[in-house]
Amino acid sequence: MKVLVCISHVPDTTSKINFTADNSAFDKNGVQYVINPYDEFGLTRAVWLKEKQGASITVLNVGNKETEPTLRKALAIGADTAIRVEAEPTDAYFVAQQIAAVAKEGGYDMIIAGRESIDYNGGQVPGMVAALLGWPFVNACAGMEANGDTYDFVREIDGGKEKLSASAPFVVAGQKGLVEEKDLRIPNMRGIMQARTKPLEVKAPVEAANKTQTGAFSKPAPKSAVKMVDAENMAELVRMLHEEAKVI
Amino acid sequence: MSVLVYLESWEGKFKKNTWEAATYAAKTASMLGTEAIGLCIGKLDEDASEAGNYGLSKVLKLEGDAFNQFDANVYGAAIAEVAAAQSANTVIVSATFNGKALAPALSIQADAALLSNVVALPENASPFSVKRGVFSGKGFNILTSDAAKRIVLFVPNSIAPEATGGSASVEGTSAGQGSISPVAVKEVDRVKGKIPLPEAERVISGGRGLKGPENWGMIEELAEVLDAGTACSKPVSDMDWRPHSEHVGQTGIAIKPNLYVAVGISGAIQHLAGVSASKTIVVINKDPEAPFFKAADYGVVGDAFEVVPKLTEEIKKFKAAN
Ligand SMILES: Cc1cc2nc3c(=O)[nH]c(=O)nc-3n(C[C@H](O)[C@H](O)[C@H](O)COP(=O)(O)OP(=O)(O)OC[C@H]3O[C@@H](n4cnc5c(N)ncnc54)[C@H](O)[C@@H]3O)c2cc1C
Repeated sequence: MKVLVCISHVPDTTSKINFTADNSAFDKNGVQYVINPYDEFGLTRAVWLKEKQGASITVLNVGNKETEPTLRKALAIGADTAIRVEAEPTDAYFVAQQIAAVAKEGGYDMIIAGRESIDYNGGQVPGMVAALLGWPFVNACAGMEANGDTYDFVREIDGGKEKLSASAPFVVAGQKGLVEEKDLRIPNMRGIMQARTKPLEVKAPVEAANKTQTGAFSKPAPKSAVKMVDAENMAELVRMLHEEAKVI
Repeated sequence: MSVLVYLESWEGKFKKNTWEAATYAAKTASMLGTEAIGLCIGKLDEDASEAGNYGLSKVLKLEGDAFNQFDANVYGAAIAEVAAAQSANTVIVSATFNGKALAPALSIQADAALLSNVVALPENASPFSVKRGVFSGKGFNILTSDAAKRIVLFVPNSIAPEATGGSASVEGTSAGQGSISPVAVKEVDRVKGKIPLPEAERVISGGRGLKGPENWGMIEELAEVLDAGTACSKPVSDMDWRPHSEHVGQTGIAIKPNLYVAVGISGAIQHLAGVSASKTIVVINKDPEAPFFKAADYGVVGDAFEVVPKLTEEIKKFKAAN
């Protein structure tokens, strides 16, 4: 079984977000990058498949050379090989085309990605890949178990959950529940040493035009100062929520 | 040219934010100088002509065995076919869980640009541009597309539904009958009678400060009197005090209700990332130094176990008097 895990390289969750002086781009200065938190769940799930069923894991990133430490970290966690498609990932459609091309060529049985990346929050790439390949798609996947020839999934829906089943090949866009957070793998010394010698292939992108262009960035308007209300005077809070904020 | 909007329904009923989507479509259509058409998929127990009241001229109903259960690819293909038949160059989809799953499939099947995480009405018709949220609520970005066709996936509670008093004709359509999904739905487990979080206009949320799941009764009571949804911080769902579907924040659900009440939540940057777009934020915390106060509109320093029941009482009194 061949598993392709998509890895997005994103600012650490504690990052302060700033844009360049002309607001045309994200300011990467001083920002630490990590494996997208949703992708970490997918990667650990793939490592379980490897341990229990002998899967092989390829991690894939579409990005420039800066993302290689993130791919090496994924190798240290347990992936066998890594592929980096050498291109700036400026448009979800473009990225999806690259992933679909790698998947077609490599004969993978499943693709595991994250529900969304925490930088651009698009949540588009995995569903596009599934549609490009004509494979079933399980979005917001919070559980996945092999059951003979098919797989059982849990998918988050508005206000609840759904249980699904499908056979490979498929695309899963995962989140917590694929594994629990306490079970996330972190690289150990042996993994880090091994990762140095594992293959990391750099591929040229396939031809695909962007469908969107990124314009100016801005920040949310600053909040006005908080109004403190005495804990003994909840009637006053209710009055303010009704008269000023008009939310009740 | 026309604007097509997917009017999502669940178990035969329109969702709370369906009319928000209709309003979004009608306003986009008027900006583009065209009409807005609605599309309902699957069995419907409600009167679809109601959509006319939100600015749609026509509603199409698509039924068939393929639509008895939701599947991203099947629904996406059906909408793509209807869009082509109606020569719609813009399709509006609300970013519910199902909307987020089907929009990428639709964009591939219709060969359209997908503009997602959109938080306001379009700013410009040509090039078509929208404001989207980025970095989990810590920023915005203008996204443009000059593609001939586009899908706009917009975040619930981004605009208010507006009644226009108009009326819509209702027709069946046979476009996009679709094939049966290869994914089998075995069980659907929806919490009955509860407002799904992304749609809720008011949300009461509890953090680790509540000490344990046995103390959630007061959060639920407050939510009930305010007709609100309930949410929690990440450690609370990690410890299984509350279901994961209630976890809000950067790695949970991002929400933008009109009112967000945070009880016993410190206000860590990852939590704020998912809730800071809320219109009004009330923070109840016994620690006056809790970082959440900096992001709040109204703050109460006090013990949640005393403050929350008092607040619930006052709201009851207010409701009785109004
Ligand atoms: C990669 C990553 C992703 C993350 N994603 C998320 C996310 O999506 N959502 C999220 O919420 N967190 C997320 N976190 C965790 C986040 O950093 C915080 O740990 C979390 O938000 C803290 O939750 P809390 O405020 O409930 O708990 P605590 O930090 O323990 O705070 C509890 C608060 O309750 C107050 N309190 C205690 N007792 C009372 C009382 N009786 N009355 C009133 N107040 C009281 C305390 O003063 C304190 O401020 C993430 C972290 C990481 C590393």
